[in-house]
Amino acid sequence: MIANIVFDIVALILLVSAVMVVTSRNPVHAVLFLIVAFLNAAVLFLLAGAEFLAFILAIVYVGAVAVLFMFVVMMLDVDFSALRQGFQRYAPIGALVALALFGELALVFAAFQLSPGAAASRLYPAPQHVTNTVALGELIYTHYLVLFQLSGIILLVAMIGAIVLTHRERKRAKRQDLLAQHARTPAQTLSMVRAGLGQGAEIPDEKKETIR
Amino acid sequence: MNAFFETNIGILILTVLESLALIVPLLIGVAYLTYAERRVMGAIQLRKGPNMVGPFGLMQPFADALKMLMKETIIPTGADRILFVLAPMITFGLAVVAWAVIPVNNHWAIANINVGILYLFAVSSLGVYGIIIAGWASNSKYAFFGALRSAAQMVSYEVSMGFVIVTVLLCVGSLNLNDIVLAQRHIWFAIPLFPLFIIFFISGLAETNRAPFDLAEGESEIVAGFFVEYSAMSFALFFLGEYANMILISAMTTTLFLGGWLSPIPFAPFTMVPGVLWFLLKVMICLFVFIWVRATLPRLRYDQLMALGWKVFLPITLVYLVLVAGVMEYCGWLPHA
Repeated sequence: MIANIVFDIVALILLVSAVMVVTSRNPVHAVLFLIVAFLNAAVLFLLAGAEFLAFILAIVYVGAVAVLFMFVVMMLDVDFSALRQGFQRYAPIGALVALALFGELALVFAAFQLSPGAAASRLYPAPQHVTNTVALGELIYTHYLVLFQLSGIILLVAMIGAIVLTHRERKRAKRQDLLAQHARTPAQTLSMVRAGLGQGAEIPDEKKETIR
Repeated sequence: MNAFFETNIGILILTVLESLALIVPLLIGVAYLTYAERRVMGAIQLRKGPNMVGPFGLMQPFADALKMLMKETIIPTGADRILFVLAPMITFGLAVVAWAVIPVNNHWAIANINVGILYLFAVSSLGVYGIIIAGWASNSKYAFFGALRSAAQMVSYEVSMGFVIVTVLLCVGSLNLNDIVLAQRHIWFAIPLFPLFIIFFISGLAETNRAPFDLAEGESEIVAGFFVEYSAMSFALFFLGEYANMILISAMTTTLFLGGWLSPIPFAPFTMVPGVLWFLLKVMICLFVFIWVRATLPRLRYDQLMALGWKVFLPITLVYLVLVAGVMEYCGWLPHA
């Protein structure tokens, strides 16, 4: 009873905030609504009894992905009037794309059916003494080990790709090299110079390299 | 009477009472932590600290609270009003909400859930939103800088914190906080996992934006960072949130590494002491170290902070995780194996 009411409320908030992600004018507000949507999706997982997935969703998507997303969106300098320009010109194309997507989704859902394997497993409810974290681990690291490793490698490739694309030598940045600092001795950097009256001091040539 | 507490309303009343029994001492603890910090730092820096309001200055936190309440709340022009007001509430709310799963004694937690440690990790990773929203909604450059700094910092240190938690879980074989403490009956994890204990605590300092990682505030460069524009109660909420987070990180350290409510000396007169007292004592020791660090160490430069997180902590925790897994597999110590 109570679970049903909670489900209705949470699902409603999820849908409303999902709509707000698309419709809100301010991109930062859009990201915040996205976060609300993620959190409510996590609560739906909780209600379904999948607490591990719920918290992983909260940790990965809300705690890390959305933070970086918001980071970027906040730093964008968005000109709102420019954004709204040409809305009427592009509206028909947008509507067309939306229609195409909707048609595809309709096709997919029309052909939707439970796989026989899934239907069979519903006959055996989850055993009480195995928490779903343990159950998930036992499946992922045995039956689906190859797929699991593969998805890990795909993520690794994506990560390396992103680093390769964005990495560049920043010549002007001053970097601290701790090893060089600790290896430095006074003999390399210090020298006693006798400064004559009205002449000032001259740095010996061999020290010029190390003194910055 | 017991039958009544089995019904829905009974459970509701019981939960509310349990929450109050936790939140009220927590808030008083937060109030006196501000006092303790000023007194301890005073002692470290050879001055007196607040000693005028009440005996030994003990009423100082309440005087401060009263002052904060009487001040005017200023919302800057150009600020995003709703988010501006919401941000301190998020910070403080999350700091309190996390306490729902902390066991202060055997099975003394409001919610003894299966994935308690994941819940804690999720809530503490949400904490960054209060700061980043505050910085953006203030419509001020200093606040924005502070928010960006702290967002980058908290995300960086969460990674190594996550690996530390995974290593502890490897030794316990459960995500339940109660089980984690009970697994330390024979030896506290602070001893076999000593480097990770230190890394966890330092990451905790970074996670709560405390000195020497308080670049988000950085009063010498960006005034007060993300909360420059805040005044009165909304400022107080940020302040309380920071201290509540300190207590939370101390409680997490205690639960994961210092054996939670378990007695440090495992025989008669000491095991008679209620576990809550041991728990509180360990939390207080951690909090003292928090204050001690603040009074002793200068603030890190930003590149040093990032280098420490990504180039030191991350490799160490990663290697240690593999090492612990290997040793436990080799010796057959893995739980549920």
